[in-house]
Amino acid sequence: MKNKTFSLFKCVRSLGRLRGVSIPFALAGLLLLGLYTRGTGTSVDTSIFSSLSTPGIAITNLTILVFCITGAIFAAVATLLVVVVVRFRNQGEDGTEPPQVYGGRQLELAWTVMPIVIVIVLFLATARVIFAVQDPVKPGSAIDVTVIGHQFWWEFRYPKLGITTANELHIPVSSSKHPVPTFLKLMSADVNHSFWVPQLGGKTDLIPNRVNEMWVEPLKTGLYLGQCAQFCGVEHAKMLLRVYVDSPEQFSAWIDNQLEPGHRDPSVENGRRIFEAEACVNCHSISGTKATGRFGPDLTHLMSRSTIASGVSENNVDALRDWIRSPDNLKQGSLMPAMQLSDEEIDAVVKYLVTLR
Amino acid sequence: MEEAVSTIAEKDKALSPDGYQTFFEGINSWIITVDHKRLGILYIIYSLVFLLIGGAEAICIRIQLAQPNNHFLDPASFNRFFTMHGTTMVFLVGMPILFGFANYLVPLMIGARDMAFPRLNAFSFWLTAFGGLFLYFSFVGGFGLYGTGTAPDVSWWAYAPLTAKAFSPGHSTDYWALALIVSGFGTLGTAINILSTIVSMRCRGMTLMRMPLYAWLMFVVSGLTLITITPLTAAQLMLLIDRYFGGHFFDTQAGGSAVVWMHFFWIFGHPEVYVLVLPVFGITSEVIPVFSRKAIFGYPAMVGASVSIAFVSISVWAHHMYTVGMTSTSNAFFTLSTMVVGIPTGIKIFNWLGTMWGGKIRFATPMLFCTALVFQFLVAGLTGIIQSASPVDWQLHNSYFVIAHFHYVLVGATVMGIFAAIYFWYPKATGHMMSETLGKWHFWLFVIGFHITFDTMHVLGLMGMPRSIFTYQADRGWDRMNLVASLGGFLQGIAVLIFSYNLVTSYFRGEVAGDDPWDAWTLEWSTSSPPPEYNFATEPVVMSRRPLWDLKHPEDPDWRYDQ
Amino acid sequence: MNLYPIADARYSGAWELPSRGPVAMLSLIVAESAIFMIFLIAYIFYIGKSLNGPTPVQVLEVPWLNSICLVSSSITIWRSERAIERVDIVRFKGWWLATIVLGTTFLVGTATEWRRLLYEYGLTIRTNLFGTTFYSLVGLHAAHVIIGLLMLAVVLMLALANKLGEEHADKIKTLALYWHFVDVVWVVVFTTVYLLGR
Repeated sequence: MKNKTFSLFKCVRSLGRLRGVSIPFALAGLLLLGLYTRGTGTSVDTSIFSSLSTPGIAITNLTILVFCITGAIFAAVATLLVVVVVRFRNQGEDGTEPPQVYGGRQLELAWTVMPIVIVIVLFLATARVIFAVQDPVKPGSAIDVTVIGHQFWWEFRYPKLGITTANELHIPVSSSKHPVPTFLKLMSADVNHSFWVPQLGGKTDLIPNRVNEMWVEPLKTGLYLGQCAQFCGVEHAKMLLRVYVDSPEQFSAWIDNQLEPGHRDPSVENGRRIFEAEACVNCHSISGTKATGRFGPDLTHLMSRSTIASGVSENNVDALRDWIRSPDNLKQGSLMPAMQLSDEEIDAVVKYLVTLR
Repeated sequence: MEEAVSTIAEKDKALSPDGYQTFFEGINSWIITVDHKRLGILYIIYSLVFLLIGGAEAICIRIQLAQPNNHFLDPASFNRFFTMHGTTMVFLVGMPILFGFANYLVPLMIGARDMAFPRLNAFSFWLTAFGGLFLYFSFVGGFGLYGTGTAPDVSWWAYAPLTAKAFSPGHSTDYWALALIVSGFGTLGTAINILSTIVSMRCRGMTLMRMPLYAWLMFVVSGLTLITITPLTAAQLMLLIDRYFGGHFFDTQAGGSAVVWMHFFWIFGHPEVYVLVLPVFGITSEVIPVFSRKAIFGYPAMVGASVSIAFVSISVWAHHMYTVGMTSTSNAFFTLSTMVVGIPTGIKIFNWLGTMWGGKIRFATPMLFCTALVFQFLVAGLTGIIQSASPVDWQLHNSYFVIAHFHYVLVGATVMGIFAAIYFWYPKATGHMMSETLGKWHFWLFVIGFHITFDTMHVLGLMGMPRSIFTYQADRGWDRMNLVASLGGFLQGIAVLIFSYNLVTSYFRGEVAGDDPWDAWTLEWSTSSPPPEYNFATEPVVMSRRPLWDLKHPEDPDWRYDQ
Repeated sequence: MNLYPIADARYSGAWELPSRGPVAMLSLIVAESAIFMIFLIAYIFYIGKSLNGPTPVQVLEVPWLNSICLVSSSITIWRSERAIERVDIVRFKGWWLATIVLGTTFLVGTATEWRRLLYEYGLTIRTNLFGTTFYSLVGLHAAHVIIGLLMLAVVLMLALANKLGEEHADKIKTLALYWHFVDVVWVVVFTTVYLLGR
């Protein structure tokens, strides 16, 4: 056992001599680790380097610059450390001490001034991006959205369009020829939250009793994923975000659909009556009905969303049934109470809800 | 003088010829002790126990996150575990063990007989200990252990208004606030003690610029602690006023501000992490010279850098708040101040390299840990610079990149520095060497596990994974990296178990150390191992920074070069 | 035991280091100042932000007499420090007693003011932001005055029992530092709350 330990240690210590052999192995190992950890199947991209929105791209460019500078510093100093460790390790016991060097003024001055210069360069590059992103000029064509954070779901309002929806945000794509950025006002109804969709840009917090502002300008259509990024309680992890960046036609169609009043399908009258009679109306709103509650999401166009419970589950009949029977099953600690309805009542209500397109 | 020494030793023997009479007398002597060495050891043992507990909490967290949608911990328990992990590691491991080392070493290093206020010292320890035990009592309070009681679940930074009565109706927040207020007073007492000891009790000839760098760093840290822990105490008192007297300090419904809590917390929180890392800079500045066989390169610059770090660290706190909607000017200011604090920190790294350059480096276990510390602190400092740029932080804030960064500082530097300190000074405190073989196993397993875990966490952050989440969606592509990170955690756990075994068995079976096993140069190595209760039979008189070097090299003493 | 006797003739002369009592008290003062600073910042930040209820200008009367008492007590305690240095125990007792009387008058004045605020204006700690920050800040200060008075009372009892001598001058000085600190804090709080903040 002792010999095994010693040889393991000696092997590592003689890395200096085995330089040529060990490095390819190390690189191969890293490559395999990298391939293994690339993730499973098709992942939706939440990498901060995949930004497709103007402020996000500015941030990505700065990030690359900062990584390059710090990377260069790392390479230089780490190499120095390796050189020192290899070159000055004790070669034999001749009992003498090496020359005692107490300091060196020129050297110390050099390694004080160099970092100061680097800091100045980094700071100036950073300050430019800070002001560009935080103090933008807002064009007249910009879309306004008010985001209100709740425990544990997102409320989205379009004040100029008169639309209220939840959890899935629709915004138009922008281009340099027709800039249509979206300006978000961020507020909270309870505790702190944070709006983070990495592909759209940096995050900004939603803080009660405070209005924060941010803007995004996506340049490509598609679905962008994100989630709440400020610990807000038990189900913080399940407060997911889905942002649909629509083409101008898709966006118009979506607005038109949202502006229609709540569907009134006589075949599901029973379910609607149960909904209106139960405590559902205390929390939820459906335009055209007695339900005007604000504590929970607006359900007027529930079926226009692809997920429920802020992205936790797909939006289908079974999931809705499960959710209403026992929200804790899908989202333990969610603030929606189990409604204590009988199975028939739940079926009827769900039949009603699926008509709310 | 030899006569005086033997008379004292004889007197000791005469007082208690058979040693302690009973086991209980022995235990009692530890409970009522005011001896700085014993109190230091009590702090260290207390912290190591909580290191194991906090580590167990971390392992549970990593098991839960190893797979997406895992059900090992339910969300409420997970939130308690990650809150307690952070709170434990900062307040019940980091602070006590670092102040415990200071307790043990500072009087010995400056040639003093004890701390300035031995009874305050004991009182401070018991306050800290009580605070920690009270915090852990929360696990069994409330609904009891099965529901993991009512342990704090509001994260270690406890943002308002999540901590208001409205959103945290149980007692979890109260345990958090009260435990930390009490242990905070303990920390304050120790800081005042260290400051007074260093100012008032240095031995003859030991000017401030002749103190060991470790003593300097503890001097700076104690001063910093005075204005670091107190804002947290104030904020927690305000929180309790809100929760119990109907106050509105952080009550957003009454016009109060959640951001004010953030400012107060981070005015504590940022200097706090410097309080946690500066002591291990001191340890490194003692270990590297001894194992490189050279004096520290640029002592005055090291002192200047330490003091600068302490001062500048007070001005950087809002880099934890780049996303709360401060003005662009504020964000720019804090970006600049945070980058500036990297300059004196970088200087320290260069000075350590300068010390090692031209030396004859012996890689015993303490030196292995300190070398790894230098490397890891380099990375940690640079990832800190990366995040200091506020636009970059708008992406990286509250992501796993931040977790990776601060674990690189707190585990890669602080914990590894503590390990180095234990291997280095254990022979002095116990008279026995720790096993080098086990030490090397501990080192390599721990370093490899550390890098597996925290290098991958950097990537997870860049891939958009936020922190404080009990699980994550399978389609995000984070699953494999999380599994790898968890495996690294197990490796670190095994390493720490090996270390614990080494710690205990070396006391009984370790090779006898003698006074000065490492051939070092500061005053503590001139006493016996372990030192007698009175430390020094006669007050030492020093003429340079390395009094033992002067004695061992009378042909070439330091004081000839004004060192 | 020491195997390396360490001694040198160079430093057989004077080696004077500051006395540990005042160093410790100054450190405590720095720490306490930080706590007061945080409460002060909260007070200042919330000026004018209350959503309802009595405002400072409506209910606060500037406590000139109270403040003069407290500030004078710093002068009296300074005189007693000088007295014990000269080992003039009689004068020491006189000045010390005066300090306690002035300090107690301050406390009584504060209590009277609070009684008025509570019963005449209904201002409590939960009324509004002003109430919360006012009672916390002034209350924190008052608590420090109470602790100070208790310590002063202990010393007075020792002095009356003729147990005090020249050797205690250092400890008296340390305690006096605390009392001066309490005074300075009041000057800052007074200026902020009663002069600038109304």
